[in-house]
Amino acid sequence: MAEFVMPTLGSDMTAGTLLGWMKKPGDSVKRGEIIAEVDTDKGVIEVEVFANGIIEKLLVEPGAEVPVGTVLAIISEEEKAIAVERPTLITPPIAPTPSKLPALIVPSVPTPSLGPVGPRIRVSPAARKLAAELGIELATVTGTGSGGRIQREDVERAAATKATTIAAPEQAERIARMRRTIGAAMSRSKREIPHYYLSTMIDMNRAMSWLAKENLNRPIADRFLYGVLLIKAVALALHEVPELNSIWQGDTPVPCSEINVGVAISLRQGGLVAPALRNVDKQSLDNLMKSFSDLVKRARAGSLRSSELSDSTITITSLGELGVETVYAIIYPPQVALVGFGKIVERPWSVGGQIVSRPTLMATLSADHRVSDGHRGGLFLSAIDRLLQEPGSL
Amino acid sequence: MTRIKLTYREAVRAALREALTKDQRVFLMGEDVGRYGGAYACSHGLLEEFGPERVRDTPLSESTFVGAGIGAALGGMRPIVEVMTINFSLLALDQILNNAATLRHMSGGQFSVPMVVRMATGGGRQLAAQHSHSLEGWYAHIPGIKVLAAATVSDARGMLPAALKEPDPVFIFEHALLYPMEGELEQEAGPVDITKAIIRREGHNITLITFGGSLFKTLEAAEQLSREGIEAEVIDLRVLRPLDANTVLSSVRKTHRAVIIDEAWRTGSFAAEVSAEIMEGAFDELDVPVARVCSAEVPMPYAKHMEDAALPQTEKIIKTVVEMF
Repeated sequence: MAEFVMPTLGSDMTAGTLLGWMKKPGDSVKRGEIIAEVDTDKGVIEVEVFANGIIEKLLVEPGAEVPVGTVLAIISEEEKAIAVERPTLITPPIAPTPSKLPALIVPSVPTPSLGPVGPRIRVSPAARKLAAELGIELATVTGTGSGGRIQREDVERAAATKATTIAAPEQAERIARMRRTIGAAMSRSKREIPHYYLSTMIDMNRAMSWLAKENLNRPIADRFLYGVLLIKAVALALHEVPELNSIWQGDTPVPCSEINVGVAISLRQGGLVAPALRNVDKQSLDNLMKSFSDLVKRARAGSLRSSELSDSTITITSLGELGVETVYAIIYPPQVALVGFGKIVERPWSVGGQIVSRPTLMATLSADHRVSDGHRGGLFLSAIDRLLQEPGSL
Repeated sequence: MTRIKLTYREAVRAALREALTKDQRVFLMGEDVGRYGGAYACSHGLLEEFGPERVRDTPLSESTFVGAGIGAALGGMRPIVEVMTINFSLLALDQILNNAATLRHMSGGQFSVPMVVRMATGGGRQLAAQHSHSLEGWYAHIPGIKVLAAATVSDARGMLPAALKEPDPVFIFEHALLYPMEGELEQEAGPVDITKAIIRREGHNITLITFGGSLFKTLEAAEQLSREGIEAEVIDLRVLRPLDANTVLSSVRKTHRAVIIDEAWRTGSFAAEVSAEIMEGAFDELDVPVARVCSAEVPMPYAKHMEDAALPQTEKIIKTVVEMF
């Protein structure tokens, strides 16, 4: 039997709101399957399950905000439907610290089946039914019937109000929360991680020529962006300096077996996310391009998966589009390295004693000095440079 | 077809005349139905037309002549028994409850009692505590009989021929205040359906459920409520047993509110039965508790102002409805 818990979708996430279940008790699930949707500071995330089995019991109801680590569901091993009786549902307020988590949590709106858990809301049966249909929380509805009873009309009014006014404040609140989340993560990083920065200017002539030639033969939809070459080059360079592909745990770095590159994507409404492209070193450029496009699209639509937000082992950020030439980025904990790329700029470049004009790119490594030294960091940047000089073998 | 204007009383008389004309097994009996022409003049002229064999005055003994009606029905006749008023029918309850309603069951289906009993019901005429009862609900309690309440000229004309086709006892209640009421009918109007309630007025804000003498008070209330922006749907139950719950429930599913108007005393009233049906069948549709407008729980007063205060009135219906919004 496995417990499906509220995952951490970023090192500073302390709680998430369960939006809905994709499965019901009795459904069988496979590892990697999406079984729930969770609203976090990073937007709506589809959460995957990490065990094969059968959903035995859903413990948290949609709408509840629960701390990270809270058991959301019990998944029994296949062929073994186990009936482990859990205590009945309780409704504690959200715990500020994730220790000693209450096992089971439901939204704080009392439902009649739960017994005496607070004052019973006076609501007509018809209003209760309508509220359920429209997804209106009865606790938020003001009753205008006799003795303050909530009636259908009150629910209809609440639904109309919600539809017209919620969009703007909710969006502002979401952005504010994301700002706080980014702030918390970056403060922690600057507080705890002894950063060092190394930069190298890369001649992008070969890479860009290769790209231009390659794209000539491709339909527009399948054309490569140069960013894909950078991502792949970073992943392959990590083979040579593997300690940069680590996760800091407690007081020690743990090397990662997969190379999952988080790519920072800015969101139109503000803020950013850095979802992961998985096993980048093993993927063809074609696959990588597809995955990358898909990831950007989904990040902006707010439909990322939980693993994509928690699996990155290194992050790349590129601000070239904005004309920035050099990026000194802050490492995203618990990762230990981050590569920033600037704009591709035509610069005078010396080749074989001749000054020529070349497209150049500034690559900057931000690295955790607890894990690596400048010497290793330098090797890593050189490897990226070298790999980009042979774009055909990426 | 030509339409004719007639009173409720005339409609009852037309139905009686037609029944006596069409079927030789039919005869009318009751107190004063012959020479006097009926306490409410429903049978006026019928003795002269059909003779004393078929329009029979009886002694003042309800148990006797209702029992005689049961016997005649068992013997193959189609008796129409007029019990002058519901107040006196209590003396015949033993015949009704223990014989009329049970014989088919107790004979294993060998005997049936195809008898129609008509009686006037209700208060509102300053007849005081002994002559103003509304006990239709008591009859509706009894399995084995059919209970109808004719609230319109059309039902006064059409329920009797329909009832005469039934194999079991049928009770038709005629509210005494309705006899002078006028309405229009087709000259050749015949039997009406006696299985369903009828929506007398369409509306979508609230369902007003009633029958018999309260129908016109309720319709008047609905008209006044309409001027205040509340569109009430008015259901005339017509058939109290077996109750047509579907018509009621469909309406409540639309309006989410219901008031039952019943001239009986509130406790144990037929209104309570309808309320329970709504609770059982449309609980999730209710937006406010079902309300009842019934008579005050007192022996009916003689004084006009006190009787008016005791009975359901248009103003009371309106007040009850308005408080539900």
